[in-house]
Amino acid sequence: MKREENTGNAAPRRYSKGTILRLGKYMLHYKWLLLLAMICTLGSNLFSLIGPKLTGLSIGAIESGKGAVDFGRVFYYAAWMAGFYVISAAMSYGLQVLMLTISRKVVYRMRQDVFEKLMTLPVGYFDVHQTGDIISRISYDIDTVNASLSNDLVQLLTTVITVVGALTMMITISPKLVLVFAFTVPLSVFLTKNITGKTRPLFRQRSARLGEMNGFVEEMITGQKTLKAYGREEYTQQRFNGKNKAAVDAYYRAEYYGSIVGPCVNFINNLSLSLISVFGALLYLAGSMSIGDISSFVLYSRKFSGPINEAANIFSELQSALAAAERVFRLIDEEPEPADRADAEELSEVEGDVQLQHVRFGYVPGKTIIHDLSFRAKPGRLIAIVGPTGAGKTTLINLLMRFYDPESGKILVDGKAADSFTRKSLRQAYAMVLQDTWLFYGSIYENLAYGKEGASREDVEAAAKAAHIHSFIKRLPEGYDTILTDEGTNISKGQKQLLTIARAMLLDAKMLILDEATSNVDTRTERHIQKAMLKLMEGKTCFVIAHRLSTIENADLILVVNDGEVVEQGTHRELMERGGVYRKLYNAQWE
Amino acid sequence: MRVSESTSKRKQPAKAGEGALKARVCESNKAPGSAVLHRPVYYALTFVYSEDERLKQIISNYLKPYFPRMGVGFIIKFIGTIMDLCIPYILAYIIDSVIPTREKKLVLIWGALMLVCSFLALSGNVIANRMASKVASDATEVIRHDLFSKTMYLSNAQTDSFTKPSLISRMTSDTYNMHQALGRIQRLGVRAPILLIGGICVTFTLDPVMACVLLATLPVLGFITVYVSRRSIPMYGGLQEANDRFVRMVREDIAGIRVIKALSKTDYETEKFRAINKEVVERERKNGMVMAIINPSMNILLNLGLVGVILVGAYRVNSGLSEVGKILAFTTYFTIILNAMMSISKMFTVLSKAIASGNRIWQVLACGDDMQVLETVYGEKEEVVQGTVEAKSSEATQGNRSVPEIEFKHVTFSYLKKGEANIRNLSFRIQKGETLGIIGEIGSGKSTIVNLMMRMYDVDEGQIQIAGRDVRSYQPEDLKKKFGVVFQNDTIFEDTIAGNVTLGREMDEKQIQEALLYARAREFVEGKADKEAEALNIKGANLSGGQKQRVLIARALAAKPEILILDDSSSALDYRTDAELRRGIKEHFTDTTLVIVAQRVSSIRNADHILVLEDGVPIGYGKHEELLKDCEVYAEIAKSQMGEGHETESGAEAGQSAEAESGAEAGQSADIRTGAEAGRRPNAESGAETGQSTDAGQNADTEKEVPTR
Repeated sequence: MKREENTGNAAPRRYSKGTILRLGKYMLHYKWLLLLAMICTLGSNLFSLIGPKLTGLSIGAIESGKGAVDFGRVFYYAAWMAGFYVISAAMSYGLQVLMLTISRKVVYRMRQDVFEKLMTLPVGYFDVHQTGDIISRISYDIDTVNASLSNDLVQLLTTVITVVGALTMMITISPKLVLVFAFTVPLSVFLTKNITGKTRPLFRQRSARLGEMNGFVEEMITGQKTLKAYGREEYTQQRFNGKNKAAVDAYYRAEYYGSIVGPCVNFINNLSLSLISVFGALLYLAGSMSIGDISSFVLYSRKFSGPINEAANIFSELQSALAAAERVFRLIDEEPEPADRADAEELSEVEGDVQLQHVRFGYVPGKTIIHDLSFRAKPGRLIAIVGPTGAGKTTLINLLMRFYDPESGKILVDGKAADSFTRKSLRQAYAMVLQDTWLFYGSIYENLAYGKEGASREDVEAAAKAAHIHSFIKRLPEGYDTILTDEGTNISKGQKQLLTIARAMLLDAKMLILDEATSNVDTRTERHIQKAMLKLMEGKTCFVIAHRLSTIENADLILVVNDGEVVEQGTHRELMERGGVYRKLYNAQWE
Repeated sequence: MRVSESTSKRKQPAKAGEGALKARVCESNKAPGSAVLHRPVYYALTFVYSEDERLKQIISNYLKPYFPRMGVGFIIKFIGTIMDLCIPYILAYIIDSVIPTREKKLVLIWGALMLVCSFLALSGNVIANRMASKVASDATEVIRHDLFSKTMYLSNAQTDSFTKPSLISRMTSDTYNMHQALGRIQRLGVRAPILLIGGICVTFTLDPVMACVLLATLPVLGFITVYVSRRSIPMYGGLQEANDRFVRMVREDIAGIRVIKALSKTDYETEKFRAINKEVVERERKNGMVMAIINPSMNILLNLGLVGVILVGAYRVNSGLSEVGKILAFTTYFTIILNAMMSISKMFTVLSKAIASGNRIWQVLACGDDMQVLETVYGEKEEVVQGTVEAKSSEATQGNRSVPEIEFKHVTFSYLKKGEANIRNLSFRIQKGETLGIIGEIGSGKSTIVNLMMRMYDVDEGQIQIAGRDVRSYQPEDLKKKFGVVFQNDTIFEDTIAGNVTLGREMDEKQIQEALLYARAREFVEGKADKEAEALNIKGANLSGGQKQRVLIARALAAKPEILILDDSSSALDYRTDAELRRGIKEHFTDTTLVIVAQRVSSIRNADHILVLEDGVPIGYGKHEELLKDCEVYAEIAKSQMGEGHETESGAEAGQSAEAESGAEAGQSADIRTGAEAGRRPNAESGAETGQSTDAGQNADTEKEVPTR
C-alpha cells in the first residue's frame, strides 16, 4: 500500500544526477551480469520481432490458394519461426533470472549498507527520526528501487526495441499504412495523459481516506477494552461507518476513472486494427500490398501500440524509484559517530575512577544543556544525580557512555581522557540499566545472556534469582525458553525492568549506570531486589539517577543538577544541613 | 442509500451479538436451492483451492446479495468482450470475402462496422468495469462493517488470542486485499475467460482443424499456471514471514540502539541482520524464479501453436478447405488468447492473496460468542442454590443496601487456562457506597479482579455478583452502564477533551463540567486555548501523564456510575491532587461504590476494605490498621513506602537521615493525625492524606514522559 502511495504521489520532480550515478554504481558491481542481461533483452526482443515478418512470409507462401501452396517455403519459414520463438523465450527467461539475481544482490547490498550505517550513527539520530520512517527506507523504499530496477529498466529497453523495431518493420512493409499511427498514437497519448491527470489526485485521495480509516481502526482496536467498558461499541461502529464509507467511496471514485484505462488502450488497438484493415484492404486492391504483408503489419501494429501506453507508467514508476533511492542515500550519507582517535587504546584493567572537568555540552549548537560540570567519582563510590526533569541527568549518561562528546571540558577515566580509549572498550567498562527497558524478540535466556556471550544457564538463572524474577520465569509455560514478543501479554513493564536488571547483573563491568532502574517496579519488589542491587553495585563506581530520593540517601556523593550545572554536591546529611535546593527537593516528597 | 439500509437491517441482531452474521450463515445453510444456484460461481473461484471452506462462507455471505448486479455487469462485459472478439473476425471476412469482390464501398462499410464494434467494446467494458468497482466497494463496505463490529464485540480473551496487531492488520490490509481482489476478479475474471473461450469458439467457427492445434497447447498452459501458482503460494507465505522478521529486527534494534552500543553488540547485530537479510533476498529470488516461468513458457507454447496452425493451414488452404484470411485472423486471436491466459495467471496471484486474506477475515467473523448471557443464573432457584437466601429476603425489607454491591465467591481464573491460575479462590463482598482498596505486587492479579468484575473475562470457577446478580446474567450493556472505570494504561482518543470525557455518550455541558471539576481536571482544561474543546492528539500525546489521568477519571465520573474503578490511575497525580480527588469523590458520589487498585498505601489506607494479593491469592483482607497488625506483607509494603526500607537494608545511616520523615512514619500507626504532619503541610485537609515518601517520586515519574530535551 505504501508503495502505491509513493507512485500515486509521484509528481514530476528533479533528481540530482548523483542519485542516478550512485544507483548505477550499485548496479555496476555486477557489470558482467548486466551486460549479459542487455544481450538477452536485445536478443529476445529482436528474435520475437522477426516472428511476425516470418508469419507474413509463410502466409504469403500460402496466399496463392488452393493447390498452389508452396510447401517448401512454408516449412522453411515455419522452421525459422519456431527456432526464433524458442530462442526468444529462452532468452527472456534468462533475462528475468539475471535481473532477479542482480536486483536481489543490489537490494542485499543496499540494505546491508543502510543497516551498517544505522549501527554507526550517533544515538541522537534515533531520537529525532521516527522509527517508522527509517523502517520504510530500509524496506519499502529499497523494495521500490528494486522493483523498478528489475522490471522497469527491462521494460524500458523492451519498449524502445519493440517500438523502434516494429516501426521499422512496418515502414519496410508499407510506409503508407504507417500513417494510420499518425492518428492513433497522438490520440492514445492524449487519452492516457488526460486520464492519468484526472486519476492521480483521485488515487492520492484514495490513499488518504484509506489511511484515515486505518488510523481510526488502529486507535479503536487499541482502545477496545475502554470502549467495551463504557459500552461504546455501537457508537464507535457509527463513527467507523463514516470512515469506511469515505474510504470505499474514494476507492470507487479512483476506480471509476482508473478502470477506463484498460478499455481505452484496447479501444485504440481496435481502432488501429480497423483502420489498418480498411486501408490495408484498399491498398491491396490498389495492388501495392499482399495479404502476407497485411498479416505481418497487423501483428506488428499489436506489438507497437502496447508498449507506448506502458511507457507513461514506466516513467512515473522510475520517478518514484529515484525518489525512494534518494531517501535511502540520504540515510546512508548521514554523519556517523566520529571515528575513534587514531591513537585510541583499549581500556582494560579498569579501576573506575571517573572525573568530569568543566564539561560543557548541548545537543544543538547554541542550546547548551550542560554549562559547566565538574565532579569526581572515585572507584567503588556511589554517585547519585538528582534534580528536576530536564536538568540534564540523562544527558550526563550520554556523555559518560560517549554517545556524545562534550563541546569543551574533559572527561577522564582512570586519569586519562575518555576519548583516548576506543568507544567499544569504554562502553564495555559500563553496565547500564535504563528506565526504558529494551528486550528483543528471542527467548528469555537469550535476552539475559545478551551482554555476556557464552553465559551458562546457571549464571543466567543465578542473575534472575538475584533480580527476583526467577520464580516468575519458572512459572511461564516455557520457562527460560519463553519467547518474548512485542505482544507480551503476560509480562508487565515492571517484570521487563527486572529482566534488564538481571541482564546487567551478568556483566562484569567496573562502572554501573542506573537510570531510574526501578521506576516501574513496585515498592515491595524493589525492596526485595534491594539486596541484589547492592550486590550489583558492590565494588563498582555507580551512577544512579533516581526520582525517589529515599533510594539514594546513602550515596557517597549526591550531585544536585539544575539547569545543567551542579548546584550542590555532598552527602545526604551535608546537603540536608545546608538547607538548599536538595533539602527543598527532599521535603517536597512529603507534600 | 444501500448502506443505511444494510446497517439498519443489521442493527437489531447486532445488539445481541453477531446475530446478523449467524443468521446469514444459517440462511445459506438452510437454502440448498440457492446454494445449488451459485455453486458454479463458487467452483469457478475455488477449483484450485477446493479444500477451502472459509472462502465459500465469505462468498455465500457477502457476495450473494450482489449476484444480480454482478450478473448484469457480466452480461454487459460479455457483450463488450464479444465485440472485441468480432473485430479480427471481420478482418478475416474483409480479406477472404470482401476483397475478392473488389468493392471499395463494401470495404468501407465493413471497416465502419469494425469501428462500431470498437466503440461498443469500449463502452461495454467501461460500464461493466464501473459496475464491478461499485459492487466491490459495496461488498467491501459491508465486510468491513461486519468485521469491525465483530472486532469491537470480541471478548477480551478472543482479542488476546488474535492479538491486537493481528486484528488491526486483518481490518486494514486484509480487507484492502479483498477489495482489490473483488474488483479485479470481476473485471479480469469475466473478461479473460470470455476472451479465452470466445477466442477458441471463434477460431473453431473459422476453422475447426486449425483450432484443434491451438487447443492442444491449452492443457499444457493450464498445467503450468496451476503448477506455478501452487508452488508460489506457500513460498509467498514464507517470504511474508521472513519479511516480518526482518522488519521486526530493524525496529527492535532502533529501539535498543543505546543498549546495543553500550554492550558493544553492533557487530553481532550486523551479522544477525546479514543472515535475515540474506534469507529475505534469497526467498524473494526463488519466488521470483518460479513466477518467471509463466510468461516465457506461455509465449513459447502459443507461438509454437501458431507455427502449427500455419503448417496445418497450409495443407488446408492447399486442399481448398480453408482460406488465407482465416490464418490471418488466427494470428490475431492468438494474441488475444495469449493475453487472456496471462490475465488468468495474474488472477491466480490476486486470488491466492485474496484467499489468504479472506481466511484471516473469516477467522474473526466466525468467532462464536464466548460470553453468552446466562438466563438461568439469576432465576430464584439458582440464587437459592448459591446460598444467598438471606440476601434475597432481606432485600425486600431493607432495600438494596444489604445486598452486597460486589461479591466474589470462590473465584478462580486463569488467562492462559494452563499453568498456575492468575486468581485463586478469591471471595469478598462490598456493600453499596463502600470503598475497596486492592494492593499487591506486580502480577499479583490486581487488574485481573477488575477485568473479572466487569466481565471482560469469565471466571473459571466460582461466581461474581454485582447488585446480587451474577455478572453473566446481565445484558452486556446493562452491566457496563453500572461502571465508570480507568484502566491501567487507559486510552485517550484523538478527539476533543469533551469528546474524550463523553465518548459519545449523551451528556450535557453541565455533566461534562462537573466531571472535569471532580476529576480535578478543570484547572488545566481552563488553561487550554479551546478549553474542553481542545483537540487531543493520538494517545493524548499533548498532555502530561497527570493531565491524561485526570481526563480519564473525568470520563469515569461523567455518567455518575454506581461502581467506580480506578486501576492504578492516580500514580501520575501528585499527592495533593490524589487526596483532593478521593475526597471529592467521597463527597459528591456518596452512593458510588469505589474500587481503587493502587501501589501506594496512601491511596487506599482509608478504604473500608483492603484486599492484599500475592500471586493471585488473597493474603490479607480488612482495614488498614488491622492489616498493619495481621498482614506481614501489607505491613512491609507500608513500611517500605515510608522511605525507610532502603536504609535498613543497607544498614547505613538508618534512621538519622530519615528524621524528617517521622511524621510519615507516625502515619503508620492508627493515630494518623499528628501535629508534625499538619505542620509540614500548612494546607493539610485531613489525616486521610498522610504523607507518602513515594508520592513525590511517582509524581516526578510522570514528568519524565515529557522529552528531556
